[in-house]
Amino acid sequence: MKPAVLTGEHYITGDVACAEGAIAAGCKFFGAYPITPATEIAEHMAARLPDIGGTFIQMEDEIAAIASILGAAWTGVKSMTATSGPGFSLMMENLGLGVCTETPCVIVNVQRTGPSTGLPTQTGQGDMMQARWGSHGDYELIALAPSSPQDCFYQTIRAFNLSEKYRVPVLVMADEIVGHMSEKVVIPEAKKIQVVDRPKPSGRKDRFHLYEAGPNGVAPMPAIGDGYNVHVTGLTHDERGYPAMTVEAQEEMMTRIKGKIRNNLDDIIETESYKMEDADIVVVSYGVSVRTGLSAVDQARAKGYKVGLLRLITVWPFPEEMIREIAKKVKGFITVEINLGQVHYEVERCAGGDAKAVLVGSAGGKIIHPEKVLACIQEEF
Amino acid sequence: MSTKKAHNQTEIIVTGFGGQGIILAGRILGMAASLVDKKESTLVQAYGPESRGGACNAQVIISDTPIHYPYVNTPKILVAMSQAGYDKFAPFLTPESILLVDQDLVNPEDAVCDSFAIPATRMAENLGNKMMANIIMIGFCTAITGAISADAAQATISTSVPKGTEEKNIKAYSKGYDYGRSTLKGREKRAAGQTGVMA
Repeated sequence: MKPAVLTGEHYITGDVACAEGAIAAGCKFFGAYPITPATEIAEHMAARLPDIGGTFIQMEDEIAAIASILGAAWTGVKSMTATSGPGFSLMMENLGLGVCTETPCVIVNVQRTGPSTGLPTQTGQGDMMQARWGSHGDYELIALAPSSPQDCFYQTIRAFNLSEKYRVPVLVMADEIVGHMSEKVVIPEAKKIQVVDRPKPSGRKDRFHLYEAGPNGVAPMPAIGDGYNVHVTGLTHDERGYPAMTVEAQEEMMTRIKGKIRNNLDDIIETESYKMEDADIVVVSYGVSVRTGLSAVDQARAKGYKVGLLRLITVWPFPEEMIREIAKKVKGFITVEINLGQVHYEVERCAGGDAKAVLVGSAGGKIIHPEKVLACIQEEF
Repeated sequence: MSTKKAHNQTEIIVTGFGGQGIILAGRILGMAASLVDKKESTLVQAYGPESRGGACNAQVIISDTPIHYPYVNTPKILVAMSQAGYDKFAPFLTPESILLVDQDLVNPEDAVCDSFAIPATRMAENLGNKMMANIIMIGFCTAITGAISADAAQATISTSVPKGTEEKNIKAYSKGYDYGRSTLKGREKRAAGQTGVMA
């Protein structure tokens, strides 16, 4: 077998880096249906997985693709799928199944411009609220947003680690530009890559309860065939995993599903600050738009504005407390995103009137130019 | 953009028809700068239908400092291998830009900057494969602009072309490089002996 971790320096696209990140994190199953601009992830996984003892399946559609990775996860392997807008829509029902059954898995969305078929080959960040609320019902999950190929590598590893640790589907919300751009990606030695595996049960098999939470609110997860009683259902279920059609069971289940995320925000939320020390204007961004924001911050600083940038690496759960705290100290926020206002409304909500919240958005199709952010800074502040 | 940054950052557009190896040329430039010359470099490329026949382009930024905005604002170097590609990007050229063209395919009559011409496709045909015109162009670009080092160009070409064609491609590269060196020598005396006008 070939080495799973291709230690060294590579000049590769974000899509390929994402696939390599998955492999480095221990992904052994990839089920997907090809779609622009995520196809290269599938192509790369198809080329790589058989050589390292993994399985690649091209499923008949995206509904089956996400179903396949949920099933694979319950056999004990780490699994991933990758898609874009229309495929992401098809995955929404089973995304909820993943949340409800607390199934660790990673779903990559290399975003393009929608709605519907939209601009299939061009970039967008219009699926951010769909990532948060696209499946029916009330729930929590985790969504990360990479800004470069190197970041695609690391965020995919982190997605697997969080997914395993909290038994929750984790979304990697990339976009066409980050997915297709090439930059240097440094892949460290395997032993230097932190890899987290799901908590496994121990103790008497006849007393095992599938959803009995451990200390961090997460229940240990056996694989089917380990000998533990495993009943996996999207119906509201009790601690044993059996359907329980009561409001009490619903409340208990929801408390666990939401609590394991809400009570571990410090571990899950990751942000990065750029020139924030003395900033009184804060550019908030994620994914490829961070690159617009960084460029705009440098240009605005050269003109004497005290501007900094807050990069949301974790977009969901949203860093509410952080925005609330910053809002007390600054004049305002400018959210830069390739949509006409999604994460912006979260920033506005958390700013709570303490600071101004402005959007620099676009209808999609291309990256936002830094000049647009600079103009906003000059007009609004 | 600050003056300092402008000096550190080289923005390159390679353009032509889809199928000429435009993206590969951009990829080799970016990869050579990054992995061999140890600079920062970013490649974004045309991805839609244009990459399969229309005005295809690859945009490469090479810099001493991290690259934020990944698209070219003002091309320092435009490598044009089709008239349509040239017409599309000529408006972005400045007097400080350097234009490199395949002289049999592009007529840069209204160019606002210094331009250098090479019959790259014809030379590739003489070498037995017109698909190597992009590699000849990389040799020419390396000699004229010094955007990447000659060592980096050769090392990267060897690892980027199909197995078994390395020798032929290095030969194509050398043809382009030598043509570029002669072109420079033929220009003003002050340019003689330098690896590139940007050096």
